[in-house]
Amino acid sequence: MQTSAWLILLFPLAGTLVNALGFRVLPGKAVGWIGTAAIAAAFVCSVLAFLALQDRGEEHRQVVYVAWDYANTVGVDGKLSLLVDPLSIFMALVVTGVSTLIHLYSVAYLWSDRGYARFFAYLNFFVFSMLVLVLAGNFLLLIVGWAFVGAASYLLISFWYRRTTATSAGIKAFVINVVGDAGLVLGTFFIFRHSHTLDFLGTFDSASKDFASHNGALTAGLLLLLVGAFAKSAQVPLHTWLPDAMEGPTPVSALIHAATMVTAGVYLIARMHPLFELSDTAALVGAIVGCATLLIAGTIGLAVTDLKRVIAYSTMSQIGYMIMGVSAGAYVAGHFHLMTHAFFKALLFMAAGSVIAAMAGEQSLDRMRGFRRALPFTYACFVIGGLALSAVPPFSGFFSKDEILGDIASRGGGWWVFYVLGYVGAFLTALYTWRMIFRAFWGEPSPEARELEEGHLHHADAPFNPATGEIEDTDVGFPGPEHHIAERAPEMRIAMSVLAVLAVAGGVVQVPFVTNWLEHFLDPSFADSRFGAGPSDTLTVIGMVVAVVVAAAGISTAYLVWVARPGTAERVRERFAPLHRLFVNRWYFDELIDLLVVRPFAWLGRFGQQTFERVIVNGLLVGGTTNIVKAGSAAARALQNGFLRAYAAVLVLGMVAMALYFLIQST
Amino acid sequence: MAEVFFFIAAIGAVCGAVGVVMVRNPFYAVLALVFHLLSLAALFLLLQAQFVAAAQVVVYAGAVMVLYVFVVAYVGAAEPTRLRAPVGRGQRAAAVLFGLALFVELAIAVLGSSLKAVPSDGPTVGAGFGSPAQIGELLLTKFLLPFEIASFLLLIAAAGAVVLARRRGGIGTEEADRVAAMDFRLPPGLGTMAEAVGGRSSREPFELGAGGGGE
Amino acid sequence: MTLDWYLVVSALVFAVGTIGVLTRRNPLVILLCLELMLNAANIALIAFARMWGNAEGQVFAIVVLVVAACEVCIGLGLVVAVYRRRLPIDVDEIRELHG
Repeated sequence: MQTSAWLILLFPLAGTLVNALGFRVLPGKAVGWIGTAAIAAAFVCSVLAFLALQDRGEEHRQVVYVAWDYANTVGVDGKLSLLVDPLSIFMALVVTGVSTLIHLYSVAYLWSDRGYARFFAYLNFFVFSMLVLVLAGNFLLLIVGWAFVGAASYLLISFWYRRTTATSAGIKAFVINVVGDAGLVLGTFFIFRHSHTLDFLGTFDSASKDFASHNGALTAGLLLLLVGAFAKSAQVPLHTWLPDAMEGPTPVSALIHAATMVTAGVYLIARMHPLFELSDTAALVGAIVGCATLLIAGTIGLAVTDLKRVIAYSTMSQIGYMIMGVSAGAYVAGHFHLMTHAFFKALLFMAAGSVIAAMAGEQSLDRMRGFRRALPFTYACFVIGGLALSAVPPFSGFFSKDEILGDIASRGGGWWVFYVLGYVGAFLTALYTWRMIFRAFWGEPSPEARELEEGHLHHADAPFNPATGEIEDTDVGFPGPEHHIAERAPEMRIAMSVLAVLAVAGGVVQVPFVTNWLEHFLDPSFADSRFGAGPSDTLTVIGMVVAVVVAAAGISTAYLVWVARPGTAERVRERFAPLHRLFVNRWYFDELIDLLVVRPFAWLGRFGQQTFERVIVNGLLVGGTTNIVKAGSAAARALQNGFLRAYAAVLVLGMVAMALYFLIQST
Repeated sequence: MAEVFFFIAAIGAVCGAVGVVMVRNPFYAVLALVFHLLSLAALFLLLQAQFVAAAQVVVYAGAVMVLYVFVVAYVGAAEPTRLRAPVGRGQRAAAVLFGLALFVELAIAVLGSSLKAVPSDGPTVGAGFGSPAQIGELLLTKFLLPFEIASFLLLIAAAGAVVLARRRGGIGTEEADRVAAMDFRLPPGLGTMAEAVGGRSSREPFELGAGGGGE
Repeated sequence: MTLDWYLVVSALVFAVGTIGVLTRRNPLVILLCLELMLNAANIALIAFARMWGNAEGQVFAIVVLVVAACEVCIGLGLVVAVYRRRLPIDVDEIRELHG
């Protein structure tokens, strides 16, 4: 198992290096295949590690492999150590599995882009970083992986780097991620101060002892870790980067901003569960933020009109579910939802990519209509993903979402609020998902759809930026000239089909009353949790019924508003205009952050430059020094004025001084 | 008796010195110096340095001063016009101060000296002291090398003076040598030392074509 | 007179010569003042020769005389050369340290 564990990391790294260094000599789509093969190999190794892990006894399923010591001094034990346990292998399987499919999709989707090789190098680097994150065995490597995925995200969001919107989005994502990184590192310090080891297992084993009297420090440290989790998982208020991150190519959105990177926060909380269970405050904060996010994002999803951004807000909302779940102790449920969400969200993004390609790059829901007949395969995938997202049985999303809510309710007391709000969120989910589907695929076909029905893929007159409409070209740094739809690209179809099957059948691993394979598998990781007991049988059944009702209500409402009675949407919008404005402006979070953070920092920067740098540093310190030297040299220059009598005077003065000295000496 | 002579000679020397410094006309300054030199010769005689006194009168007052007179006659005694603003306004005051300081220090050194022989008349010396015979003997025995080197120095000085003051190319080329002093004043902005030190040029900015040179 | 008087006279003449060098603008007069300083040194030398009872000081004074003569030669030669160039005979005016 040790070899497989290290190979999981080394294959993507090798893929990056080969693609980055050798892309000039590799022909055609070879970089794409190499990238895909690297991740597929990593997936195979994950499966091997999984099998090897299951071979071991239940008590021995948390294994640490150390490659070397980075530093072992002043009590800091920095090692390159991997922790192979069910949770990390589960995450590795999800990450590598979904990544392989997305790489396969990208082989066809980005084919005409001049930055093809760069894309695959970056994507492999991302997968490598994510695997470092999930396989990390100590805080050091976790932080390294965390930072690397942030960097990979930045590189990929601003992949089309000549687009100003993309580069600004990349910077925004990176800055917010760095805020999270700072929280993560500081949280680690707080925890390390009392645990005196960076190792995960070491920290967890002695957690109750170390923090018995330092609960304040523990809570502070965990809150800082939560800052990191919220930044990475795009929870309120550090969420503003995720919708902007849709500036990246669609496979990037699928992989990073749906399936894997944004789930890092969920993984973090689950990994740190022994610490979270000691501090109720931190757990409660996590749950509250998760719940708030799922509702806020749900409402925004009802109002925005850019296709990818609707799906982005949907991601935010679903991750809110997961965060709420793992904060409340529903670790297995949370990860179950992580897995199913990865499947159907990646599927939705891939299908969205196909629709956008059919629209020749246009992403606005206002312009796309009636693609049902033109893109049948894409439509089918969208519907499957939508049903899974809306938690319709027997699709996978139904089981996972239900399980989270059931586990939360089983904690009793105030947690029932979260339970109810969770179902409100489920209603919103169904509503905005089917809004998206009905608007894009039903109704009178748009001109592009009509063109496609006749067999001719629409091409825009000039390539343009979908967000601002400005004209671009198709050279390096901008998207390529061709657009690829699923119906015409076998690689895309294969990837999407696999994901569709998984979205349909993925729930089978944890069907209530029937199977609990996932729970059984993840048990060794969460054996020390005090929240093992799930909901009672009655509650489970009630939950399932409520979920079905809510989903049906959502879908039918959406049908009514957008298909059966056109014009309802406009009327509702007019009646609830202020509310609509709030939602369309994304609850004004961007403006708030601009006011509270960006402007003070900009002011500080201006102050620093104009006052501090110009006056004090340049004027006083640097200028002062140079002026002193200038004055000195001016004085020295004045001595050399060619004025004979002055020279003689200085001579005589010197003589007088010397004579005086000798006179004094002789007394 | 010797005191009276001493005072006369001393006062003469000092007056001659002051005269050199204060008289405007260089001719008269030279004459003052001659007077001073003759007083010095008297002082030397009082100090029993007959040969040196004679040499002083013949060589110094006789030859060197005559040379001076010739050059002053050649150069002229006119006070040249000031082309630039006076510099070193505090120069005169500083000069007097320094001179005074120097005198005071030297006086203190002399009068406060612990050399016992200074406030005395000196040891009794024989009749041949300071005579040409004694000087000559010293020059040719003990101080032969300085003597020879001094004669070399004279040769070099004579040759140097000829080189410095010669005409180049004959008599008629004086016109070509005639270079106006103003021509040596470079246009402003070309970085002469005088400008850098703050000497103001009294001419208008030099027009180098379309508007004077840039910044 | 005791020897210290002669030395005081020497100091006085030297100081006057210094003031002259620092004050006058005509290079010829400056050279004259320089001669004053040299002569003051001569007085001191002769006085000390008398003090030691030994004529070596007088020999020194003769050598100083020779040197003064040479220096005057060269100095005057310089002044003549400057005059030939039609430059003003004024040390304040001849200040460019080049050329």
